[in-house]
Amino acid sequence: MTAFREQMIAQRQPPDQRRGVIGWLRTNLFAGPINSIISLIVIAIAIRLLWPVIDWAFIEADWVGNSREACTSDGACWVFISARWNQIVYGFYPEALRWRVDIVFAIFAALIAWLIVPKLPAKKSVGIFALIGFPIVSWILLLGGMFGLDHVPTRLWGGLMLTLTIAAVGIVGSLPIGVLLALGRRSKMPLVKGVCVVFIEFWRGVPLITVLFMASVMLPLFVPAQMEFDKLLRALIGIMLFWSAYMAEVVRGGLQAIPKGQSEAGAALGLGYWQRMGLIVLPQALKLVIPGIVNTFISLFKDTSLVLIIGLFDVLAIIQAGLTDSDWLGFAIEGYVFAALIFWVFCFSMSRYSQYIENRLNTGHK
Amino acid sequence: MLRPSTSIPRRGRGPLWRDPAIRALVAQAVLLIVLALVIGLLIHNTLLNLEARGIRTGFDFLEGRAGFPISQALLEYTSDSTYGHTFLIGLLNTLLVSALGIVAATLIGFAVGIARLSPNWLLSRLATCYVELFRNIPLLLQILFWYFAVLRSLPSPRQSLSLFDAFYFNVRGMVMPGPETQAGFSATPIALLIAIVVTIGLVIFNRRRQAQTGQRLPVGWIGLGLIAGLPAVVFVLSGSPLHWNVPELTGFNFRGGVQVLPELLALWVALSVYTAAFIAEIVRSGIQSVPHGQVEAANALSLSSGVTLRKVVIPQAMRVIVPQMTSQYLNLIKNSSLATAIGYPDLVAVFAGTTLNQTGQAIEIIAMTMAVYLVISLVVSFLMNIYNARVAIKER
Repeated sequence: MTAFREQMIAQRQPPDQRRGVIGWLRTNLFAGPINSIISLIVIAIAIRLLWPVIDWAFIEADWVGNSREACTSDGACWVFISARWNQIVYGFYPEALRWRVDIVFAIFAALIAWLIVPKLPAKKSVGIFALIGFPIVSWILLLGGMFGLDHVPTRLWGGLMLTLTIAAVGIVGSLPIGVLLALGRRSKMPLVKGVCVVFIEFWRGVPLITVLFMASVMLPLFVPAQMEFDKLLRALIGIMLFWSAYMAEVVRGGLQAIPKGQSEAGAALGLGYWQRMGLIVLPQALKLVIPGIVNTFISLFKDTSLVLIIGLFDVLAIIQAGLTDSDWLGFAIEGYVFAALIFWVFCFSMSRYSQYIENRLNTGHK
Repeated sequence: MLRPSTSIPRRGRGPLWRDPAIRALVAQAVLLIVLALVIGLLIHNTLLNLEARGIRTGFDFLEGRAGFPISQALLEYTSDSTYGHTFLIGLLNTLLVSALGIVAATLIGFAVGIARLSPNWLLSRLATCYVELFRNIPLLLQILFWYFAVLRSLPSPRQSLSLFDAFYFNVRGMVMPGPETQAGFSATPIALLIAIVVTIGLVIFNRRRQAQTGQRLPVGWIGLGLIAGLPAVVFVLSGSPLHWNVPELTGFNFRGGVQVLPELLALWVALSVYTAAFIAEIVRSGIQSVPHGQVEAANALSLSSGVTLRKVVIPQAMRVIVPQMTSQYLNLIKNSSLATAIGYPDLVAVFAGTTLNQTGQAIEIIAMTMAVYLVISLVVSFLMNIYNARVAIKER
């Protein structure tokens, strides 16, 4: 007689209490008395807060119509948004010329999609087009005044289109300046280093508002009187300089993480400074700090809303202006919630993308 | 066998333009000349422009009469005060909302950050939702929301919403009980000060004694008793010389109490809620940065959970938390300048706004305003560097 079994016992399921919905509930929500009380309180808060919001935003809301008379119920009046939809997207851009904005939007969306979907080929040439070709094309299309396109002055720009323009110019402009500043700050030449340190610390030490004020009241004083400075251009210069300082600090973090041996090996191969930086150090450093760069992009995107204060009409300013329209008084919550939704969607997707990239590029560097 | 070579043959220096030292000198000289030219050109243009527009220069304007009221002044201020005064009043208002914001943001941030690490699924999800919601919406939008959509749509003073029958919320802001001190009150703060000094002395004494004898006093309880007890005793002994002035509704408005501007409330709530989302993430990453082995090692030494938390986890987490937290505090101070969007009389709104519009001296005023924020940032960064040097891991 053998003392051991010759066949495996069939696996048994864990006890009922430990699996399925009940098991999950027991481990995650009701493990112990304190935990259970917390769960109940959270559920109560969620129901108290969430239900009125859902009720207001969806169930009781008015969706169709074109004047405030359409809003008869107690809920949200989304008619306010749909009636102003064109303004929110295009600002005061002439109606007949909006197809130009649409084309820019379409190219922009296509480029973004191409760049973020990992499987698509020719990333490099698409990237170069996005950084150099696309800005020129959109500048020609949006501003006009050449190739037979009507000129549209920037004071007519507004809404989502202006927000995206400011964000894109800020992002494309501040990254290269930031890289140069970061390299300068690590330079061995005392004067170069000093200038970069002062520049970076100055912009990082002051609020963006004062920078925008400076750009709008002081920049015209700095240039010869006959030179006209566009209001949007002034704001863009301020935003670019301001964010390049933040970008420089992010890039510097990446540069510091690259071992000195990399650059020294490059020098041993006879590479000059710019070759070492461009071919060896920067590609590694920038890859390391992609999450930091994207986070700076997110902050930049959020802070484009500050141009409201110097009188440009971005998404928030257009909605804010719409709230004071005497035909549509009293829809402040709808307006702000919608503006918040726009910004939130952009920022949240950027932060998710940055996390995804971080995981994908996780090459073991710490 | 390796022998040190007696002399390394000196290489020829090659052409001058290949010499790194000379190249660096030339590069810096070029940079200096370009900088000087650009700055000189800017100054030249500016002087020409100022002259052409007839704008005066210099800081004489600070002595001029301001002639406009400010809705919230922590010091004596009337329309007859000088422009210099407007600077001071604005600065104090900025500091007030920043201090309030820092306290509230820290409290909310720590609570949310710890909640994100809770084993309770619902609680941690709720905290995650908070963080993801508020940090992805522009601060300016949040300020406008709280001001225009919430506080400006509150009822008139007669239908005020009340909290504990002491705090009243209406379209004009919040009214709350104000303290009114009477003669003899000054003894209480002095007692508080003495209690704090004695407690600090006690802590130092206790630390030395523990190092020498290994015994320690329950200094936490003694200190708490001193700091809470001594002022209370003195307060009662001196005849309770403090009276709360509770607001009362008379006619169309409240009488008594302290009136808090809706602008201040909106700015305070928005700044705290927004910054708290960032602080929560910092707290979470700080706590997660302490390796679990540290806690296990402390358990193996049979330290109690309280001691483990206070002496092992928190000091190491603080090393990660404090520098990032400081930069959030600086952000909060700088962000408080968004006050100008809703008309809270902070430095930017009062000085770089109204005063600039009235005097037109853009350069001086913007420079002074920027200098304030710059000084705050630089001082805090300087202190931060000292702190970092002190808490950095001591390596050989």
